[in-house]
Amino acid sequence: MLATTTSSLLNPHKWVDNYADYLYAYALARLNDEEQARDLVQEVFLAALERADMFEGKSTERTWLTAILKNKIIDTYRRRSSGLNNVTIRAAEQEQEDFFYPADGHWREEHRPKEFGIEDHDPLHNKEFNLVLQQCLKKLPALWLAVFTMKHMEDESTENICTELKVTSANFWVIIHRTKLNLRACLQKTWI
Amino acid sequence: MGPIKKIQYNCKQATFLIEKKLIDKLTLREKIELHIHLAGCSVCRVFDKQSQLINKMVQQFLKSSNNSDVHLNAGFKQDLQQRIEEELNKK
Repeated sequence: MLATTTSSLLNPHKWVDNYADYLYAYALARLNDEEQARDLVQEVFLAALERADMFEGKSTERTWLTAILKNKIIDTYRRRSSGLNNVTIRAAEQEQEDFFYPADGHWREEHRPKEFGIEDHDPLHNKEFNLVLQQCLKKLPALWLAVFTMKHMEDESTENICTELKVTSANFWVIIHRTKLNLRACLQKTWI
Repeated sequence: MGPIKKIQYNCKQATFLIEKKLIDKLTLREKIELHIHLAGCSVCRVFDKQSQLINKMVQQFLKSSNNSDVHLNAGFKQDLQQRIEEELNKK
């Protein structure tokens, strides 16, 4: 039945050939985990089959499948950020208690940002530096990475992120600030 | 410490405002605060520059995933397509 109702708009027989690599790369870039990315690709196709009759052809097949994947990525973020990860958050917070003097908020000498030394040499295309950035992203607590990724990579609205990940707006700003402090410090420590 | 001195010393608050500025609008008061702070703090000016660079890199990294050369292995794909065909036949 499904095959007949959707045949004009969707072609599941070609999905793997046409979209599997694309969806995999998309998920991998956002999750940094090959196994989870692979599982999600499979889940997306199966979920798409189930709701194939909801596809109205208003977007391309690829856009539709990507939208399903995006929701699954957010589910994964949510799952990752609950439970045990609180321990990582506490450790990461501890680390940056040390960045500033508590009394006046001034940088402690040893934590002051220094130039990376690549600012003038097209850093955006510096492969090694990009790799270091990815390693540093991996070290962030899951909830922080989720908030950071949704904001800067997906350009989601702040309101939406707070709802999806169940953080208050005040907490959102604290997380954004702390994430950047930790990420920048990690880059400096690893790169220089 | 007077209010201006407090702003000039408070790098924690300045870096917070830098992050807020990159996502949202600052209030007039926050804009002035950040301006005063950055005028006198070269360390936070470095932070400001690096923070923007990091955001650009992260965005670019995600965009490049669209034409990256990672591939699923052939066996996995074959199994997956077979699974899809089975589901199609069930219906």
